[in-house]
Amino acid sequence: MKTTETPAPLPAESGAPITKTDTPPPRPPKEKKEGTVLNAFSHGILVIWAFMVVMPLLWAVMTSFKDDRSIFSSPWSLPDTLHFDNWSRAWTEANMSDYFLNTVLVVGGSLVGTLVLGSMAAYVLARFDFPGNRFIYYLFIGGMSFPIMLALVPLFYVVNNMGLLNTIHGLILVYIAYSLPFTVFFLTAFFRTLPTSIAEAAFVDGASHSRTFFQIMLPMAKPGLISVGIFNFLGQWNQYMLPTVLNTDPDKRVLTQGLVQLAVSQGYKGDWSGLFAGLVMAMLPVLAAYIIFQRQVVQGLTAGALK
Amino acid sequence: MQHGKYRFIVGFLALPLGLYALFVIWPFIQSIYYSFTDWTGLSPEFKMVGFDNYNRMLDDEIFWKSLQHSLLFALLLPVVTIGLALFFAFMINVGGRKRKNGPVVSGVRGSSFYKIVYFFPQVLSIAIVALLFAFAYNPDSGAINSVLRGIGLGDVQPLWLGDPDLALWAVMAVLVWSTVGFFVVLFSAGMASIPAEMYEAALLDGANRVTTFFRVTLPLLWDTVQSGWVYMGILALGAESFAVVQIMTTGPGGPDYSTTVMVLYVYQKAFRDGQAAYATTIGVALLVVTLAFAAVVMRLGRRERLEY
Repeated sequence: MKTTETPAPLPAESGAPITKTDTPPPRPPKEKKEGTVLNAFSHGILVIWAFMVVMPLLWAVMTSFKDDRSIFSSPWSLPDTLHFDNWSRAWTEANMSDYFLNTVLVVGGSLVGTLVLGSMAAYVLARFDFPGNRFIYYLFIGGMSFPIMLALVPLFYVVNNMGLLNTIHGLILVYIAYSLPFTVFFLTAFFRTLPTSIAEAAFVDGASHSRTFFQIMLPMAKPGLISVGIFNFLGQWNQYMLPTVLNTDPDKRVLTQGLVQLAVSQGYKGDWSGLFAGLVMAMLPVLAAYIIFQRQVVQGLTAGALK
Repeated sequence: MQHGKYRFIVGFLALPLGLYALFVIWPFIQSIYYSFTDWTGLSPEFKMVGFDNYNRMLDDEIFWKSLQHSLLFALLLPVVTIGLALFFAFMINVGGRKRKNGPVVSGVRGSSFYKIVYFFPQVLSIAIVALLFAFAYNPDSGAINSVLRGIGLGDVQPLWLGDPDLALWAVMAVLVWSTVGFFVVLFSAGMASIPAEMYEAALLDGANRVTTFFRVTLPLLWDTVQSGWVYMGILALGAESFAVVQIMTTGPGGPDYSTTVMVLYVYQKAFRDGQAAYATTIGVALLVVTLAFAAVVMRLGRRERLEY
């Protein structure tokens, strides 16, 4: 019916968003039609989905520059003038600056902690034989498949009793604990792939175990640390469920929480344009970082599933 | 190598394992214990009540609704998302026409562009995506109904999240929207590692693209599809569905409990209604469903591993 051998003539390419680089040579006319249909079809569908992904995002950006009245009267019209005041209002009055700061503090602390503690545990589990090694390993990776919400009910009271509820450092510790399963899983596999000879040589030369780890093994594990670091950065930056349960103080809110709260409060405040400005403000840094570090981000996010 | 080995192991494991045990393992064990008590969460006193919570759960209509919705999420979302993603990934990687002197199979033009764009939603927080679509679904001023008016479908103006028959589907569509891109990229990486000779052989035997997909691509990609399936199911039962339902729907979980899911019901019982013990009971049911789902997928999906 259809084969990959068949070429497509020029018109089928018109839907592609990327400009052509070479022209197809003439092909036998018999096969032409099938190839055209399939090519147009696959391109068409791919273009439609690309539109469906991009349009809501563009709509949000556009809306963030409009005034409240035109947001409601004509959702798809372009803004009459660029209302930058929406953005400044969101940044100052709607506390977006505080939410950003809280998020940066929490994610910064948790990311460093996750990488340090995760690589320490993973290194020991990957390189040393001791009774209980397998048990501890499966204890860690078991955490990946359990529904976190089940643990959050008692965890709320555990955290509360320790005086860590509604504190930045309490949230950091919880983020680290819940990031460990994947981090240990990923880095254990990674440490196993590193050669043993260099560490042994260092040890023979009189380096201690911990010195070997910090000065020899960690630098060698850099690619793995980058992948799992990106994975954890995005997961922690975008985290919604953990702070919703464990961080109820309005002053300590992180971005995702703050935006949701902002949306709820618009029911009586009515500053929708400011809210959209806040949404876009939260979206842009991650999207920009993704576009710049595209290859690393994709590797970091898909690495675990491919193992 | 033996000198100080155990001291080192203990020293390196103590902190991560201690933190993990305190904040993850211990609460899990506690919640199973609490599900047999009448703990409210508001006061420290409680007593054992045996299976009372479990009996109550079996008679709780809202629990059954949430179970139904969660099961629907776990069964339907992976099928739709992975199906779409496989289709897109195949089109992107193998769907292109053959170029002169080019490889026997090739991607469509602009394949890297598609991969970049499709991945956008994956880097955004599910909370932000949910907020965005909550506005897009607004019946009067939302983007979606406005598009419908624009293309002459002014009579078709669904209430979306306000309609009990539509709300659940509207929520699921958002989860599909936000996760397809991840699987497209994941499967693309898998497809890129399939050797071209495989496709050449299939083409020499006269296979068309549909046959090629089912006989060559899918079997060689099976391990990735299977782990993606489990991953998606766990997301659909857990954190992702919590965020979209809690943020997007009225109630949350409404209208008329038409969108409530187990993970949201646990949250509401524990932190809104002061019934912590009952919440953990529903949580245990969620744990059972999650583990059963993973076991069934791994079991049904077991095939002989293909080496290439």
